[in-house]
Amino acid sequence: MTDRPDTTSLSADEAEAFEGRLADNIVHFARALRTAGMRVGPGSVVDAIRAVETAGIGEKADFYWVLHSVLVKRHEDHDLFDQAFRLYWRKRALLERLMSQLLPPSPPVPRDDAEEVRSRVAEALLKNEQKPEAPKPKLEIDAKMTLSSQEVLQRKDFEQMSAAEIAQARQMIARMILPFDKVKTRRLEPSPRGRQIDLRRSLRSSIRGGSHGMIDLKRLAPARKHPPLVAICDISGSMTQYSRMFLHFLHALTEARGRVFSFVFGTRLTNITRQLKARDPDEALERCSDIVEDWAGGTRIATCLHAFNRDWSRRVLGQGAVVLLVTDGLERDGREELAFEMDRLHRSCRRLIWLNPLLRYDGFEAKAAGIVTMLPHVDEFRTIHNLNAMADLVHALDARRPGGADPMRWLRGEAA
Amino acid sequence: MADQSPEIPQSIDATLTLLASADYVADRSLATVLYLALKMGRPLFLEGEAGVGKTEIAKVLAKALGRRLIRLQCYEGLDVSSAVYEWNYAAQMIEIRVAEAEGVVDRARLGEDVFSERFLVKRPLLEALEPDTAGPPVLLIDELDRTDEAFEAFLLEVLSDFQVTIPEIGTVTAARPPIVVITSNRTREIHDALKRRCLYHWVDYPDAARELSIVKAKVPEAPQKLSREVVAFVQAIRREDLFKAPGVAETLDWATALTELNAVALDAATISDTLGVLLKYQDDIQRMQGSKAKELLDQVRAELRAAG
Repeated sequence: MTDRPDTTSLSADEAEAFEGRLADNIVHFARALRTAGMRVGPGSVVDAIRAVETAGIGEKADFYWVLHSVLVKRHEDHDLFDQAFRLYWRKRALLERLMSQLLPPSPPVPRDDAEEVRSRVAEALLKNEQKPEAPKPKLEIDAKMTLSSQEVLQRKDFEQMSAAEIAQARQMIARMILPFDKVKTRRLEPSPRGRQIDLRRSLRSSIRGGSHGMIDLKRLAPARKHPPLVAICDISGSMTQYSRMFLHFLHALTEARGRVFSFVFGTRLTNITRQLKARDPDEALERCSDIVEDWAGGTRIATCLHAFNRDWSRRVLGQGAVVLLVTDGLERDGREELAFEMDRLHRSCRRLIWLNPLLRYDGFEAKAAGIVTMLPHVDEFRTIHNLNAMADLVHALDARRPGGADPMRWLRGEAA
Repeated sequence: MADQSPEIPQSIDATLTLLASADYVADRSLATVLYLALKMGRPLFLEGEAGVGKTEIAKVLAKALGRRLIRLQCYEGLDVSSAVYEWNYAAQMIEIRVAEAEGVVDRARLGEDVFSERFLVKRPLLEALEPDTAGPPVLLIDELDRTDEAFEAFLLEVLSDFQVTIPEIGTVTAARPPIVVITSNRTREIHDALKRRCLYHWVDYPDAARELSIVKAKVPEAPQKLSREVVAFVQAIRREDLFKAPGVAETLDWATALTELNAVALDAATISDTLGVLLKYQDDIQRMQGSKAKELLDQVRAELRAAG
């Protein structure tokens, strides 16, 4: 934190603001920060008032750092705080403007490509026209699906699903039995067949119990837990529909197992882990689209992977993470750079799984430059275009996996 | 209990003076948060890249206040028996055997005997709760990001009440809570619940002037010209797009290494040969070697000349 606000003493305006209603002002300031997206709990506000009382109001710079040390809990929030502080403590009237400035601009709702007429669009239009008319015709696909319609849905490409089918697919994703992918940790826990002896419990039980000179040995074994799962998901134009379904999948995973870190990228990388933690899937996705600014735009894989490697890999890839990279691999950036970043990503995680919806085409061949560059650096290469593929992925994430998505097969096929 | 050690500073300026007395060159933002942490009795959470001097802050604080420094180095799988307490099983076993040989049959009494403080092995967290004649100790919980969530949750409890429950003995509560400093290199996100209980500070790389004073204080034998060039070069290299930018620790190592090599000023060849002291990733070293090092050095020289 090298930049510091100017240390000029308080102006008459500010002095007046401080007088008497300082506590009120701090409360308002905290509320402004909250509106701007920072997490400021009521406890922090009380702390802030206490802290200002403790330190006293001296120079403006001190006041700045006093509030900073109590209200800022994440390095990422520093800039936000800085901006808010400068605006807020200058003049109260600026508050409204401050709020509107700090609120992230609402991104356009992802739309489908106009050229392709999708059943979803048609349906939406039809719905609007029919609405004011007579009693609704009953649609009974949802609740009681026949086996065959369920099977059809399992195989249907996400891109071709109607709104109703998407809703069903989402329910099926939520009901998916999520992978058993626990790995051994270095923490020990009581286990009757463990290899290590738990001296503390053994001794206790030998004194409490009546084993007459015999010590009943208690045992310990390594605890198992889910390794971190990191998803890096392409949300550029061609990937929109797949990414949205995949985000539903990620949301279900986040709910079920924890330790899921999610990122999306188009032209820039955005961390949406916190947003996906909202319990309701719709709300979670809503929050994601609030902070993501490049939905359905272009894609720059190498640049975004570089950003991930530099800013996040050390923070989320510890403790044996598995990475799911979701992209079609159609990259226009330099190949050399892409290979470098892929290699680095591959070396920093335990397993790198590439999910590519292009693989759904029967005649798929690894010919595009981006794909050829990326393939040697992944452990598995899979598709993710329908529910069946998603179920396969769940299967593959299982710790007792059978394997079978060798990426090199595609490169060898090209050579043959 | 009378404290003979220096008092807790009573203002931000006093905190700056205190840190300076222990040769720590701090900026005002750090002094502010430190002062508040001491005054409000809250743990201080320091986050920042590796090698910016987070651990040093706790050490300096202990030294300046004349308190004992208790350090808990975190690692994956750290558990209560290594962090709080453990029983001395060997001694307990012997005690039991002796008692049995003497024909003691009262199991309950034997249990009380064996699980008494005599057989308790205290680990850092428990030690930090014990009273100390010099005043409450400084408890450094280093690299918290290396532990797992389970330990973090446990810590949450200890830090909010400053007490630990040992089932066999009872609850140990600190009469006066220790000064707690937690550091994290951000290899993992720390839960909000823990951060909420602490005062937060992001420790950044120092600016050139501060880094130069640090080098002067810690490597006094380095020639003045060399120190200036080393600091300017490190500052410049941090602006490059590196996988891991060098920390203050690396600057000090480099200044020491160059002094050992009898260098009085930087030159491209020496830089290339000693880059390994400064950069810890092969990709980074490769990028900076040769012409790039020369280019940066020329740039740094020009800057220094312009500054006089």
